[in-house]
Amino acid sequence: MTTHANESSQQELTSILYLDGVSVSFDGFKALNNLSFVVEPGEMRAIIGPNGAGKTTMMDVITGKTKPDTGEVFFKGGIDLTKHDEAFIANLGIGRKFQKPTVFESQTVFHNLELSLKGEKGVMTTLFAALNDAEVARIIDVLGTIRLTEKAGDLAGNLSHGQKQWLEIGMLLMQDPDLLLVDEPVAGMTDAETEQTAILLREISATHSVVVVEHDMEFVRALKSKVTVLHEGSVLAEGSLDTVQNNQRVIEVYLGR
Amino acid sequence: MANTIFKTNKGPFVSLMTGLPGGGKTFLGILLVAALLVPLSNLLLPETSPFHVPTYLVSLMGKYVCFALLALSVDLIWGFAGILSLGHGAFFALGGYAMGMYLMRQIGDRGVYGNPVLPDFMVFLNWTELPWYWYGFDMFPFAMLMVLLVPGVLAFVFGWFAFRSRVTGVYLSIITQAMTYALLLAFFRNDMGFGGNNGLTDFKDLLGFDLQVTGTRLSLFVASVIALGLGYLVCCFITQSKLGRVLVAIRDAESRTRFSGYRVEYYKLFVFVVSAVLAGIAGALYVPQVGIINPSEFSPANSIEVVIWVAVGGRGTLWGAVLGAFLVNWGKSYFTGSFPEAWLYMLGGLFVFTTLFLPKGIVGTSATWIEKLKNRRRESPDIGAPLSVKEE
Repeated sequence: MTTHANESSQQELTSILYLDGVSVSFDGFKALNNLSFVVEPGEMRAIIGPNGAGKTTMMDVITGKTKPDTGEVFFKGGIDLTKHDEAFIANLGIGRKFQKPTVFESQTVFHNLELSLKGEKGVMTTLFAALNDAEVARIIDVLGTIRLTEKAGDLAGNLSHGQKQWLEIGMLLMQDPDLLLVDEPVAGMTDAETEQTAILLREISATHSVVVVEHDMEFVRALKSKVTVLHEGSVLAEGSLDTVQNNQRVIEVYLGR
Repeated sequence: MANTIFKTNKGPFVSLMTGLPGGGKTFLGILLVAALLVPLSNLLLPETSPFHVPTYLVSLMGKYVCFALLALSVDLIWGFAGILSLGHGAFFALGGYAMGMYLMRQIGDRGVYGNPVLPDFMVFLNWTELPWYWYGFDMFPFAMLMVLLVPGVLAFVFGWFAFRSRVTGVYLSIITQAMTYALLLAFFRNDMGFGGNNGLTDFKDLLGFDLQVTGTRLSLFVASVIALGLGYLVCCFITQSKLGRVLVAIRDAESRTRFSGYRVEYYKLFVFVVSAVLAGIAGALYVPQVGIINPSEFSPANSIEVVIWVAVGGRGTLWGAVLGAFLVNWGKSYFTGSFPEAWLYMLGGLFVFTTLFLPKGIVGTSATWIEKLKNRRRESPDIGAPLSVKEE
């Protein structure tokens, strides 16, 4: 018992993201049920699970949108995420990409990235803000990473679906977060775009911790990362994709219906 | 092309110096010309000249200019931050009341009852002492400070609770309506000490200048035009800054903006307070020109009308809101004279027409058309020069 407690507190300190016994219920429906998992610094983790497994609720809890009923959520060892709001958590270094691509449609790609720039986000600072050369260089750099250099002056609303997804990933990169939460990045993408996105995310994971929620098995395979399977709000299995695909309970949940 | 994109955002001062949003310079030019020509034509041209602007028309236009500033303040929050206030008339009226209180104190012993301190309505109510909240309004600077502070503080307190509780969309619009309606009922009461139903009127002079004299009326007109021009520049400064882009981001994708690390409520609060102060200034300039302020200025219908002006002119275009205010009010003056029964139907019809056929208003829609025409000309090979020639 003591050893277990020591072990978990050790993990709590060294991990980038630590969830322990998190439960959330909406009107009696348990969206998350005693969910626990740990992401190590620099790790890329894929989270899969059928609809209603609690993936989006989990993201909401980590980013401060939803407060858990019970359980602990820690970031970078000591920071209790349940005590902060979205803006604070974003500035702490957690970036979130929504399931539906959400960019600022009536503004240019360049301005979308400018708005996401890391830094002081107070009202007066923003009113008098001017871009310096280093910041412009950073934006140009990210434009290259997300393959949108040619589109810098276009309105984000005129981009294709896949390009919007990339732009949103680019906006996360501008925040320079320690942890990226990416919700279904390839939903609605063509095969070529999906492949590009996997390459993009692998590039990103070289320097950031990344949690990817995804349905698409081919894509998860292309990520070559550890996989956590969620079911009914808790962890069903964890390991390499091959291991979890051969797990009897996972097969039952996915195919047994 | 790419280079110009990367050179954007050198800070709001540079943005304002190097370029106003589409049509901004023309708009300021028109204001300048109006501020010069209207008084000159009134003073120098004989009354028989077709270009003579009679004094009553100067005051009428001055009134429109105040409405235009109010429309501008609504466009700043609705067009850019997506906050649809249906109670902005309240801030306008509060600014007006602050000015009205100063003008009442200026009357002094020239009132009907000749009381040197108490305004007539207080004497009529058998009050013997000036209520504490009337203190200081005999001093012009104090009254002007109140013109800014009263709407600003109300907007701050209201916005603090509304935005922090994340009240948005229709719900926010409804509570702004409730706010102005509550103020309407409060100001109707005689024991509030603001003249009840009749409001404040019978003003004599402002800073010692007789309000009935042509020179004063011309000065008030020019002051209103200057206020509109400055208000426009303030709005341009805000909307062209990075903060302006954050506001548009909030309008289009509020939660994305939160997850990008912006405290959305503070941004909304900032722009709501600026907007309320602009509306208050508009009200303060309006009152001496029309000669009365009463609780009907708080009526919810007034605030809704402002929204129609902005919608007709074009949301998020700033000077479009000004254009809308002029057009609708000119229409109102004309039609309430010629067909008084039909006006409300026409106003309603106008709103429906705008929503259905001109969702971006006059300015927004014509800008889209011009853009389309330009693109067509560029794409079509038989009009204009071929592309290769252009590049050389």
